Amino acid sequence: MNRIEKTFKKLRTQNKKAFIPYIMAGDPSLEKTKELVVLLEECGADIIELGVPFTDPLADGPTIQRAAERALKNGVTLRKVIALVKDLRVKTKVPLVLMTYYNPVFKYGEEKFINDAKDAGVDGVIIPDLPPDEAGELIKTAKKADLATIFLLAPTSTEDRIKKVATASKGFIYYVSMTGITGAQILLDDSIGKSINNIRRITDKPVAVGFGVSTPDEARAVSGVSDGVIVGSAIVRKIQEAPEGLRDFILKLREAVR
Amino acid sequence: MKKGYFGKYGGRFVPETLMPALMELEKAYLESKKDKDFQERLVHLQKTYIGRPTPLYFAQRFTEHLGGAKVYLKREDLAHTGAHKINNAIGQALLAKKIGKKRIIAETGAGQHGVATATGAALVGLECDVYMGTDDMKRQALNVFRMRLLGARVIEVPVGSRTLKDAINEALRDWTTNVRTTHYVLGTVFGPHPFPSMVRDFQSVIGKEAKKQIIQAEGRLPDYLVACVGGGSNAMGLFHEFLDDNVKMIGVEAGGKGIETGEHAARFAGGSIGVFQGCKTFLLQDDDGNVLGTHSVSAGLDYASIGPQHPYLRDAGRVQYTYATDAEALAAFELLSKTEGIIPALESAHAVAETIKLAPKLSGDKLIIVNLSGRGDKDVQHVAAIKGISL
Repeated sequence: MNRIEKTFKKLRTQNKKAFIPYIMAGDPSLEKTKELVVLLEECGADIIELGVPFTDPLADGPTIQRAAERALKNGVTLRKVIALVKDLRVKTKVPLVLMTYYNPVFKYGEEKFINDAKDAGVDGVIIPDLPPDEAGELIKTAKKADLATIFLLAPTSTEDRIKKVATASKGFIYYVSMTGITGAQILLDDSIGKSINNIRRITDKPVAVGFGVSTPDEARAVSGVSDGVIVGSAIVRKIQEAPEGLRDFILKLREAVR
Repeated sequence: MKKGYFGKYGGRFVPETLMPALMELEKAYLESKKDKDFQERLVHLQKTYIGRPTPLYFAQRFTEHLGGAKVYLKREDLAHTGAHKINNAIGQALLAKKIGKKRIIAETGAGQHGVATATGAALVGLECDVYMGTDDMKRQALNVFRMRLLGARVIEVPVGSRTLKDAINEALRDWTTNVRTTHYVLGTVFGPHPFPSMVRDFQSVIGKEAKKQIIQAEGRLPDYLVACVGGGSNAMGLFHEFLDDNVKMIGVEAGGKGIETGEHAARFAGGSIGVFQGCKTFLLQDDDGNVLGTHSVSAGLDYASIGPQHPYLRDAGRVQYTYATDAEALAAFELLSKTEGIIPALESAHAVAETIKLAPKLSGDKLIIVNLSGRGDKDVQHVAAIKGISL
């Protein structure tokens, strides 16, 4: 069993929800990213998502776009993020998931990427512009390496899509809270809960919710209807604009996800 | 061949949110092909609104000047709004209306597709927003104002390279957000399936007409077709009808300041296979898979990638690809203006530049059709500025 699956299994038996923060690797620097991962783990993160910068992040809003631009300026590449994970594994066992666009993976070579990532200690991968329909080979290779392939579902997903994504996903399913991009304003009505119930009718794989969760109150509401909460843009913004308040913010989010 | 693929190129690499919309679009598009009312409406608008068929014109003085093959110009510059882009925009606007969308959005580089989409929106009664990079808004100020006159909102894209690729990113983000009410009128044979096939089919009217017209004029098929290639829709539109014929085809990319300078948009000369903005195709990228900046004097060709059917045709040896530099395109722009009284768009001037090289090497009984994909009025100010003339 993969470290991510173990995490969710343990949380379920304790009737708890996963807190999954996202940070952009290399923003403001790779050294700082190492410290931030350790900090997030100390503050109780169950899984950490590491963003890989890309020139054309079409699923991301302005906050993460700018973080990617800063990281690219620092010379951060997929190769360097994999090396960072290898370094981190000396210090931490927290499950680490890479969130990257597909072209850097394609250019790196799918099989080589999966194997190098696994060797470095990466536990899972999220590729927002790679739907399962195009991921046949990647899923096969990842399965062999016991690396989790986390696919996305959205409010527009039909039953057929839910089936397809549920089958392809390992570790957890990433439910996108709204039709939109990262960092947009979440709408906390009953639609998220309804959508997740629809997904649960089809699969018992864990479902974590991301996109637009920016406050502890929103995190609390979303954790009530899901298996986990992903917070990205709000944390990335904090790191950039008010790093002194970061620990407190993370602790509040952690506290809210129950 | 795998659905939505041209050999190993193509596919549908988009966030999950858009997958259902692409499937719905594919279904609606396939239905519309068989829908007699839809096709009749389209043909009627092509004739009475766009002004089709556009002429196939024998460029006699240009031919004499070059001293070789006979050069014909397919006059897409005479289509309503001044470029071939209208063929696709009207088709997609009708389709958007048919599937019940209230709003259409588009990206634009040179502004021609933005103008065409704004026109389509006005024609069928849809809201319209057009994304355009800051740099392109500067060099195509005239088209920005035209879009606004047509009732569209032009949304400035100040991020990234501030050109076409960033406008597409923003349009895709908008579409992801508003997919339930909005159709994205992608302007070229690019992006996720079904766009490359659908846009090609809407543009294939160019080649269908040209074939009839050249047979009428010369009693035979041409020897060469020449078209510029940004995303590649005017080229696919001309080439598609001739793919099974014994006709040579040349696609002309933007050589910018020269391949060796790195400042160009010649994907085949400087790129490799990648996955970008929805499809697997050729791409200008670095070793880590990040997309490189591009340069071309023409905003419409200033793009890091190319529609997926093009590398397929290149691999098959069916179409040959070359490039023309900024300087060659500017010289062609002036030469065609002076010898024929036709000011070509800077994009189309790249195809004219290749013809200037090709025609003199061929004998006088050979026939070349050049796709004059757009008119150059929009570029006059920009060219004046390059020449250091203030208007």
